[in-house]
Amino acid sequence: MRRFVVRRVAAAIGVLFVISVLTFLIFQTIPNGDPALRIGGRLATAQEIAQIRHEWGFDKPVYVQYARTMEKIFDGTVVSYTQGVNVLDEIRHGLPATLSLALGAGFIWLMLGILFGVVTAIKAGRFADRALTVLAFIGVSSPPFFLGALVIYYLGYKAGVVPLGGYVPLSQDPLQWFTHLIAPWLVLSVLFIGIYSRVLRSTLLDTLGEDYVRTARAKGISERRVLARHVLRNSLIPIISLWGLDFAQVIGGGAILTESVFSLHGVGQFAAESIGRLDLPPILVVTMLTAFAVVLLSAIVDILYAVLDPRIRLSG
Amino acid sequence: MVIDSGTSATGTEFSSGIPTELLGEARERASGLGPYQLAWWRLRRNRAALAFGAVFLLVLVLCLLAPVYAHDIAHTGPNDNHITQTVKVGGKLEDVVNSIGLPIGPTWHSRFFLGADTNGRDVAVRLLYGGRNSLEVGIVATLITMVLATIVGVVAGYSGGLLDGLLTRALDVIWAYPVVILGVALGAILAVSGIDVGFVKLKGSSLMVPAVVIGIVYVPYVAKPVRGQVLGLREREFIEAARVQGQGTLRIMFSELLPNVGSTVIVFVPLMLANAVLLEAGLSYLGAGVQPPNPSWGTMIADGISSIPAAIHLVLVPGIMLVLAVLSINVFGDGVRDALDPRAKIRIGR
Repeated sequence: MRRFVVRRVAAAIGVLFVISVLTFLIFQTIPNGDPALRIGGRLATAQEIAQIRHEWGFDKPVYVQYARTMEKIFDGTVVSYTQGVNVLDEIRHGLPATLSLALGAGFIWLMLGILFGVVTAIKAGRFADRALTVLAFIGVSSPPFFLGALVIYYLGYKAGVVPLGGYVPLSQDPLQWFTHLIAPWLVLSVLFIGIYSRVLRSTLLDTLGEDYVRTARAKGISERRVLARHVLRNSLIPIISLWGLDFAQVIGGGAILTESVFSLHGVGQFAAESIGRLDLPPILVVTMLTAFAVVLLSAIVDILYAVLDPRIRLSG
Repeated sequence: MVIDSGTSATGTEFSSGIPTELLGEARERASGLGPYQLAWWRLRRNRAALAFGAVFLLVLVLCLLAPVYAHDIAHTGPNDNHITQTVKVGGKLEDVVNSIGLPIGPTWHSRFFLGADTNGRDVAVRLLYGGRNSLEVGIVATLITMVLATIVGVVAGYSGGLLDGLLTRALDVIWAYPVVILGVALGAILAVSGIDVGFVKLKGSSLMVPAVVIGIVYVPYVAKPVRGQVLGLREREFIEAARVQGQGTLRIMFSELLPNVGSTVIVFVPLMLANAVLLEAGLSYLGAGVQPPNPSWGTMIADGISSIPAAIHLVLVPGIMLVLAVLSINVFGDGVRDALDPRAKIRIGR
């Protein structure tokens, strides 16, 4: 077991390293992507461009540039190419909005996903199942920026119930924080509720047909107890592992569409804006942050799996 | 996005514990239907899935007929500007785009049937051309994903050892990137530079750029479950038997393993198509997908969002079409899943 954990962690670090190298290569070495041109602006002379290239070290070999950039990331002095701002400061600035979005939405989608999944499985084939199934299908088929636009227009401009976007820090005004986040929470949750309730419904139905459930019933255990102790407990494992990964992505700025449409100015929106400017340092830091969150949580999930289910061979 | 990739359904085998609801079907199996024939028989009886499958075909055909609509009914192209012109609505002339820049809403006539956008372009024409682009990107991306993922999944799962380790790590790298960020990053870069790897040369504005990006991004989502299933199958007696008989590695992969993961792969096709169309919309919304002035549902919604609250029809028209298309693929795909999974107990639409 210890060997498995050590190997899993080593692999996770390897993945992070490869991701940072890949991101660096993609954004640093593409044609037309010369950062010196963008820093210099349109009016810069060839001499000024050469000067910039020298100052920023773009004339050095790629691996030297990579090493320098990583060094700057780790001592916290990495600066955006086009905006001249400290990237880590910007991310620190956007993190409260992103964390607020992730925590609220993550809670909502996990709870409602489980609730809808259980209801649809228990009432399989009946009206409640059909109605919720239709809703789940519409949910997984709707892009968040479309839903967000509808909410902003109908509930924001028309009804005036929700703000038109933006983020208010919790420490500044808790009530405003909540009203500004309720719409993004729900819009971001819709997709995940749809997925989770479908996955849980089908695992529940599969589990209900297992021999050990029949055995439990035959022993005379009440139906409620069979559901809670024997069926739901086993069926929740895939849901929890899904949740870990999705949650990690949202924390790392993966809710880039929701953040953009509601202009929350979180990490995701920062990434979106930087990508539009082909600005390497912020993209590199955000991808590494997200990748770190995802890799960490997936390593934890894998280890938990191995602990929970001894049938899984420890060869990952 | 993630189907229960459980060890249960291999598609070609039934477990011994067939529940009573399936006794009728079991009898039919005895009458000699193969697993895929049986699946087809089940799918044909699933009216909801068939209805939505038909809706998707209808959307697809309408989008393919975009040039006909543009030429014979609307008399304008997807990128033609009519910003200074007028159109006759209910007997009186109205500006296509009025003096404060507000575009006309749906006229329900042959010209500007669904209104105009802020550049005075016919929304209905752009909707159909945009749909053609969105669906083309989605379909090509899905093909790329399915082929790559099946090969990677089967090879990694069966070979084990170093090769499996390398492939799994490669999948982990893609997996660890958030889908949208990776897609947007690649899309933004490649839209500038184009793709040039040996025999494949694509311009940055080509539709195939987002298709390739989306196709690659989703590989782990299919490859991981396929690999997982192959890991389980590898230990089964029939593989052992094949090995003992002296079958080669390639032969075992293609004639023993591939048919057994076939149903998993097929189940993923509609799911991936739905996700690919959605991701295309997301990328285009962030400017990293289909490049303007080429329309797609995503770019149209993005244009519409920037003109909220003035002209909501610019959001509604492409948005509803997109949701309808993706919804129909999803419902049909769910029917396919149910049909191929012999252990699914109760299906909707019966």
